[in-house]
Amino acid sequence: MTKPLVAIRSVAKNFGEFQALKSVSLDIWPGEVMCLIGASGSGKTTLLRCINQLAAIDGGGIWLDGELLGVREQGGRLHRLSEREIGRQRLKTGMVFQRFNLFPHKTALENITEGPLQVHGRKFDEVRAEAVELLRRVGLSAKADAYPAQLSGGQQQRVAIARALAMKPMLMLFDEPTSALDPELVGEVLAVMKELAKSGMTMMVVTHELGFAREVADRVVYMDQGAIIEQGRASDVLGAPREERTKAFLSAVI
Amino acid sequence: MKPAPALAEGFPDLSGMRIAREPHWFRWLSAALIVLVLAAIGRAFAGGQIEWSYVSRFLTAKVILEGIVNTMVMAVLAMALGIFLGVVVAIMRLSPNPVLKTVAAGYTWLFRGTPLILQLLLWFNLALVFPTIGIPGLWSGRAVDVMTPFLAALLGLGINQGAYTSEVMRAGMLSVDIGQYEAAQAIGMGRLRALRRIILPQAMRVVIPPLGNEFIGMVKATSLASVIQYPEVLHNAENIYYANSRVIELLIVAGLWYLLVVSILTPLQMLLERRFARGTLQFAR
Repeated sequence: MTKPLVAIRSVAKNFGEFQALKSVSLDIWPGEVMCLIGASGSGKTTLLRCINQLAAIDGGGIWLDGELLGVREQGGRLHRLSEREIGRQRLKTGMVFQRFNLFPHKTALENITEGPLQVHGRKFDEVRAEAVELLRRVGLSAKADAYPAQLSGGQQQRVAIARALAMKPMLMLFDEPTSALDPELVGEVLAVMKELAKSGMTMMVVTHELGFAREVADRVVYMDQGAIIEQGRASDVLGAPREERTKAFLSAVI
Repeated sequence: MKPAPALAEGFPDLSGMRIAREPHWFRWLSAALIVLVLAAIGRAFAGGQIEWSYVSRFLTAKVILEGIVNTMVMAVLAMALGIFLGVVVAIMRLSPNPVLKTVAAGYTWLFRGTPLILQLLLWFNLALVFPTIGIPGLWSGRAVDVMTPFLAALLGLGINQGAYTSEVMRAGMLSVDIGQYEAAQAIGMGRLRALRRIILPQAMRVVIPPLGNEFIGMVKATSLASVIQYPEVLHNAENIYYANSRVIELLIVAGLWYLLVVSILTPLQMLLERRFARGTLQFAR
């Protein structure tokens, strides 16, 4: 029997008094495309950030590819991992941010090659060839030498996806990748994500694009107030929600 | 299709008409006034008790030229030390480690809190506190021999500068969006690599104008090292006027050299700014 790529068990996360996540448990299976939906403040972005360890969890545990994240169990206690070990664990995930966060002082190509060159310490020629291929894959071959400020929002986000893919992650995390885009630019980013999903990449996508969720997601998870309220096939959760809160959210969004 | 409605009357066509040049009488008048005042000041100095021949003679005297070279050498070295210390201290200050944070804050507190001239005198007179200095078991020497005017000036100016530069660097690093740090982490970079590759290059753009300011300040602050016998340009000018009593003439000589050096530094700063502006302007390349 296959194992889940990510196993989330009873994860809690607080920001001061505010409980961002309340005992969340979830499995993500290899090759699965999961869309997380819910109102802002429901904890879906926090969940992604915990998987990528940009936020440290306050309770429970997350296993990625069988390995416990952020801590090590020893003598009945948990010990925090060093920054270096956390960095190594992060390499298994790629993150795409709502605000792109491209490096503005580097060209599109340099943004993509930075990680493989600096972190993996690989050879320039081979890294460059891969970056060129990634740019072609996201449809931006002509923009290799452009700086982020010279690109549209949609183009920047596609470079950001290529940058994450360059590290060859097992899991791609998308944090509202189209929320900061003008409406006419959303489609080009979603098209790249669809192609990625088709290629078999495991993806967790926090999104408000219900059309994308309906079309691409294997599973839709609805979150509210730091907890998973409902999950299932996209057609079920989005088409025939069982929970009242899901129904209320969907009728407010559509 | 309906025809467009007719436009209302009474709004004439202004296309083809130019905007007339204003005479700006007041600008001409004020400019003339300023020229007059400057001419009067110039005339007063020309007729004053200044032997301009001394100024031109000593402007390129060997001792003065050596002095300005020493001034520049000290300014560059002390600024380099200051920037190095400033970057290190700023990184310590922004570290999550409370020990590093406290040490950095203490350093800034101490060296910003006392006058530079006092610090220079302390370094120079270190021999009064520690007659011999060195590394135990490895090497040691008499402090009077080790603490030359050059070394005392370098340590005094550089360490003091580091305290100020650390705050400039910290401001620069804080100006970089937190998302940049997260993006660097997300591709597996550690704290120091993210700082070096992603945060500092972007911070440079912000810190160059204040650092240019600091460097110009440093060029002039080296003149304080004259009190500890470092042979920079003011010290050498003073030595000459102690001998020939041409005080004002030699102060003008030193002043002209400072002005010249600072005038050269300004365009250099602009070149540097352009270098670090990569990617910030739509068409910058």
